Amino acid sequence: MLEHHRKLERTAIGFVLAIMLVASIGGFIEIAPLFTIDETVEDVPDMRLYTPLEQAGRNIYTREGCYACHSQMIRTLQDEVERYGPYSLAVESKYDHPMLWGSKRTGPDLARVGDKYSDAWHVKHLMDPRSVMPTSVMPAYKWLARTPLDYEDLGLHLKTLRKVGVPYTDAMIEHAAADAFGQANPNSDEAYDLEERYGEDSNIRVFDGDSARLTEMDALVAYLQILGQLTDASYQETPLQSNKGTE
Amino acid sequence: MISQLTPGERQLALVLSICLAAVGGFLAIVGKDDIIAVHGLMVSAVAYLLVFIIGIEFFKPSPSPRRIEKYYDDPTKAGIVLALVWGIVGMGVGDWVAWLLVFPEATFDAGWASFGRLRPVHTTGVIFGFGGNALIATSLHVMQRTCRTRLPDQLSPWVVLVGYNVFCLLAVTGYMLGITASKEYAEPEWYADLFLTVIWVSYLILYLRTLRRREEPHIYVANWYFLSFIVVVAILHVINNLAIPVSLGHAKSYSLFSGVQDAMTQWWYGHNAVAFFLTTGFLGMLYYFLPVRAGRPIFSYRLSIISFWGITFLYMWVGSHHLHYTALPNWVQTLGMTFSIILVVPSWASAGNALLTLNGAWHKVRDDATLRFMMVAAVFYGLSTFEGSFMAIRPVNSLSHYTDWTVGHVHSGVLGWVAMITFGSIYTLVPWLWKKKAMYSNALVELHFWLALIGTLIYVFAMWNSGVIQGLMWRAYNENGALAYSFIESVEAMKPYYAARAVGGLFFLTGVMVCFYNVLKTIRMQDDATVVPERPPLLVAAPASAE
Repeated sequence: MLEHHRKLERTAIGFVLAIMLVASIGGFIEIAPLFTIDETVEDVPDMRLYTPLEQAGRNIYTREGCYACHSQMIRTLQDEVERYGPYSLAVESKYDHPMLWGSKRTGPDLARVGDKYSDAWHVKHLMDPRSVMPTSVMPAYKWLARTPLDYEDLGLHLKTLRKVGVPYTDAMIEHAAADAFGQANPNSDEAYDLEERYGEDSNIRVFDGDSARLTEMDALVAYLQILGQLTDASYQETPLQSNKGTE
Repeated sequence: MISQLTPGERQLALVLSICLAAVGGFLAIVGKDDIIAVHGLMVSAVAYLLVFIIGIEFFKPSPSPRRIEKYYDDPTKAGIVLALVWGIVGMGVGDWVAWLLVFPEATFDAGWASFGRLRPVHTTGVIFGFGGNALIATSLHVMQRTCRTRLPDQLSPWVVLVGYNVFCLLAVTGYMLGITASKEYAEPEWYADLFLTVIWVSYLILYLRTLRRREEPHIYVANWYFLSFIVVVAILHVINNLAIPVSLGHAKSYSLFSGVQDAMTQWWYGHNAVAFFLTTGFLGMLYYFLPVRAGRPIFSYRLSIISFWGITFLYMWVGSHHLHYTALPNWVQTLGMTFSIILVVPSWASAGNALLTLNGAWHKVRDDATLRFMMVAAVFYGLSTFEGSFMAIRPVNSLSHYTDWTVGHVHSGVLGWVAMITFGSIYTLVPWLWKKKAMYSNALVELHFWLALIGTLIYVFAMWNSGVIQGLMWRAYNENGALAYSFIESVEAMKPYYAARAVGGLFFLTGVMVCFYNVLKTIRMQDDATVVPERPPLLVAAPASAE
């Protein structure tokens, strides 16, 4: 073996090819089947899409690096299920490009934070975390409330998401900006159209408490309120085709 | 520097800079309504600065034809200084965000100053800025010496070094502007990723061209590690960053993968960034500078073959240990755990090989802080790889995951291993490169060593404590069978440890500043004519003589 290796050491290209070959095996065997084995992601009929406003909020969550301190993945452990709710299913992040499972909990998990607190609580908490949680170490995000949301080009965003596999319809893409506006303006015609397109369960309300304009705060709160609400699958008695271990 | 380039290379450098300016200008125009325009303008500004620098010396006489009798070390020198500058910036920001967890109000009500945006500035600044520059600089040095040949030309190392630093600059300024793809340790957006791909491929080509000119028939061990670092990082980078931009005028892109497949791809990347950036690259450093400094050949050639291929093969399986108990299928988790445990074998083979190389030179370790840096690095490498395998065991991971224990583990690796081996290499290299007898002050090297060691220990112990306490509090039940602690109670319990961690970081940061001062002073020392650092005798054994 040592003799063969001596020969390999004499050829740079051979050495590079050997490295590529040896290093490719692990990743290929672990990743490729995830795209082909059907059981990897559960089949759930009631899975909803993010509305344009929620997707915009998700982009703000990403931009601010919230994932650095908050996970969105409840593990199959008893204490986590009791603290945060049913463990996360793969299907729940099926439309998450990219996923935001996170790796650290300096703050709590947010996979099921939706509907847990009121909009007003979220706004207060984001404006001044220590006003509702005196010992919190979270930074304040006051500027979100004074920054108008840039929603005119949300159609382009939805179109790109469709390219990577999220089934937005032509109408959803075309009316993305109007839908974003409508979701935060309950009395508008656009709100009615949004409900037509995204279903009756859509959260339509003034998220940041100020109906005068659409801010980044609206979008972020709309996103936080949908977390864990896209499907009921994890609350069912026997989760569909789940192949997770429960230890 | 430009005067060292041939007239043809100067022209090419000018053309490349103008192309870069054009790309920047293009991004600024098509993205005028988007934040990407800021980056477009920034790239243009850098490119025009390069044009200016080239222009000043453009018509100077050609470099001496006798230059080919010497090694080409200017890029290495620049790379070392850049590494230290990035080190101070990256660790400075790291310590700042550590304090933010103690004083969370210190964000000036500004987006760029909040924890979530600054944290990747820290990680990118130290991993890619400090670590990457140190790797490029030392690899350029090592490949020339172990191949006994000069770099094939003068321009391509500069393309690699300058291009790489432009990428780092785009990355960290992007985070502060709110541009991020959010994948940990792969946060830069699509255009920066494309740019890095071009730079990285030219790095590989430069390496292969140098190897082709080698006068040694065998490729020395250090080069195996540098090669695996370059090749595998390219694969990881390209696959994990596959994404479709919203448009050419938008900084934002959407990852090609989603959910569970994205998670697996990300942590396959994430853990192998640790493996092939922070491990094999620095093992390349270790395999050259430790034997040279100790004046001893590598203990075992056979062991280095086993550990090299072991690491290259096994690491690629272990990423899934970041996803224990998640929605990732069980079979992938089990594979990840299994391979993580096996991985301790080649890791300890490397650490053992390094430490056994010091046999017969322990008196030098006692007296020479530079060699001691490398010895401590090998020890921390052994400790953190063992800890890593331990934490990859599913039940252990159920406690450690999501807690500060992971942060402590990472820092025992990056402070104790990566940074220490880098400092050892820098202190070895700087006097050679600048033709001095020794560093400006050995006392300052000694001071740096103790600052770094104490800082690392404070940091790691603080995070071990906080991590284990967090993990235990989250899973504690009271006598009524209910969860004993609310989440915020676990946050409150962290306070003393977060403060201690920030103090430990401050020690470490101070050490790097001492190092930077010492290096600058050394550069300004009088040249020592008696030092003949060109082609230093290679004490590292060629494979044929190692048996």
